[in-house]
Amino acid sequence: MSRPGADLGSGNGGWHRLHPLSPVVRFSRALVGLVVVLGVNTAQARSGAGARIGDIAVAVVALVGAVVSWLVTRWRVDGVTLRTETGLVRRGSRQVPLARVQAIDLIQPAAARLLGLAELRLRVAGSGSHVRLAYLSQPDAEETRSRLLALAQGARPDAAPPPETPLVSVPTSRLAVSVLLSGSGFLALSVVAGTAAVAVLLPGAVAPIAGSAAVVLIALVSPAVRRVTSEADFRLADAADGLRVRCGLLETVAETIPRGRVQAVRQVEPLLWRALGWQRLEVVVAGSVGHRRREEPARRVVRALMPVGPPAAAAVLLERVLPGARAVPRPAPRRAQWKAPLSYHFLAGGHDDAYGLASSGRLRRSTAWVPLAKVQSVRLVQGPWQRWLGLASIHLDVPGRRQRATLRDRDANEARHLVTTLPELCRRARAAEASQPQAQVLQRRPQPAAPPLRATR
Amino acid sequence: MPVPGPPTAPPADRPTAPAADPPTAPAADPPTVPAADPPTAPAADRPTVPAADGRDGEEWRRPSPRLGRMRRAEVGLVGLVALALAAGLAGAFGSPVAVGASVAGVVVAAGLADNLLQRRVRSWGYLERADDLLVRRGVMVRRLSVVPYGRMQFVDVDAGLVERAFRLATARLHTAAAAGDVRVPGLEASEAARLRDRLAALGEAKGAGL
Repeated sequence: MSRPGADLGSGNGGWHRLHPLSPVVRFSRALVGLVVVLGVNTAQARSGAGARIGDIAVAVVALVGAVVSWLVTRWRVDGVTLRTETGLVRRGSRQVPLARVQAIDLIQPAAARLLGLAELRLRVAGSGSHVRLAYLSQPDAEETRSRLLALAQGARPDAAPPPETPLVSVPTSRLAVSVLLSGSGFLALSVVAGTAAVAVLLPGAVAPIAGSAAVVLIALVSPAVRRVTSEADFRLADAADGLRVRCGLLETVAETIPRGRVQAVRQVEPLLWRALGWQRLEVVVAGSVGHRRREEPARRVVRALMPVGPPAAAAVLLERVLPGARAVPRPAPRRAQWKAPLSYHFLAGGHDDAYGLASSGRLRRSTAWVPLAKVQSVRLVQGPWQRWLGLASIHLDVPGRRQRATLRDRDANEARHLVTTLPELCRRARAAEASQPQAQVLQRRPQPAAPPLRATR
Repeated sequence: MPVPGPPTAPPADRPTAPAADPPTAPAADPPTVPAADPPTAPAADRPTVPAADGRDGEEWRRPSPRLGRMRRAEVGLVGLVALALAAGLAGAFGSPVAVGASVAGVVVAAGLADNLLQRRVRSWGYLERADDLLVRRGVMVRRLSVVPYGRMQFVDVDAGLVERAFRLATARLHTAAAAGDVRVPGLEASEAARLRDRLAALGEAKGAGL
């Protein structure tokens, strides 16, 4: 009854259920918590039968809720729309025109993976929300994904999936080494070394500092571990509709970075990586842009394109995501070192007809590329110290929270020249992009384009 | 440099104002950015683009002169409260010298604040060009934003309590980039409505071509 591909059962009008084990996965966290509480209570044996019955009742209610939510959820493909229905009391029905689907991601949390399930997540253009089908069995999910993708691109549903050419694959061992050599990993190592040194030299002083060292260590290590587990076994492939990313150790993700949705590219080179010639490439993809009044923190807007790799691979990828970029960064004027003594050595910026780029950083160099066609506004900012030195900064804002390329501490005349010429270049780049038919589909604007939505007078 | 209008008449009704008046009277807002147009700029490239730092003045629109009065009133109100607190506190010590010193301190602080705020009010300006809106502001940190009409998501016009009392409104322009939003405070209600409608129309026209 849950096989979308197979027994469609004409009786239910093409509606499909999610996999019967989905409630187990969806509420696995809650269940784990409840089991722990139950276990603790039982072990302590301090609570009477009444408390235990209460705990069990909570668990049962949670389970029943999960099962009911599974029972009342169904979905079907209706020609060119995907329809989902959810909810027992408040019935929600949703129709997604498949032509507006940007990408379909396949996500497997650890629990789902154990049970052979996977979640399909449809990213829809314009509205920032995802449509989730959680969960399907893995073969079903893969089959449904390629079917929906084919429908979304107007092909026949049984057409073969487009071929992929592998671009990058990063061995997990190298990723682990690279994380150890990055800033926080190195800091963690030095904390361990420092504690060890204290233990050897002043055995008496270890006990007081051990606690705080452990706290610092946990704070430093957990993001590093998260990065290794989320980006382990990283593979990137080139497909007709974009770049396919597959990665993850416990939770695996297969997602597509669609063409024309890249808002910015960042190239990061931490201090210790430079000795090995390693770089990291990230892209900023338009997540939830402009669908609400106040922008929401789009989840996972920044995606790794290459967690770690040699410059040659980075150059190939850069050419792939920023075709035809010829901008050459020029260093900031020498007097900028009075204003930014610690980062002067990395301050550089430049632009060509289609891209702007800016780099900065103290120990690690971070270079941001933005396609001028995506630039939302150009700003010139000049602080008092900069005015004294005849400097100014140019910000090129792209969609998202704090996503921008900042050409820091340029010569003031150059900055004033840039702020007059860059908007015109951006306009031309937008026009050029809009004239490409592919881009037109991807650049469809959200409906509330500009009307005066709120007038509080 | 056109100054939006004479600062308010001697505001005899506010005790903190006497100190506030002298600093604002010399309205010699020091030349903001060195007026030199970029000598390196190939001006022949885009002769129609006005100097983006807005030194040429005449096209730049400014907030209503009432914005300056509004800021002064705000300083006056805060100053009055601070004055009462300071005088009361000093009076508790029973020394007239302390009372005088604290009153003088508050008056001087209010004057300085008013001076800075008046300069900030005068620094605001906006310029509607064919394809984008330019907004400049700032005294210490000078900012100039260029927002293409096609990039606007929506326009807000709102007015707080104080603004309403002075019949002013603030127009806000939102883009998809959180940092790219700009606002123009202290607009007359009619001007705010005009700006809103014009921006909305332009956003529609320019955005449709995207």
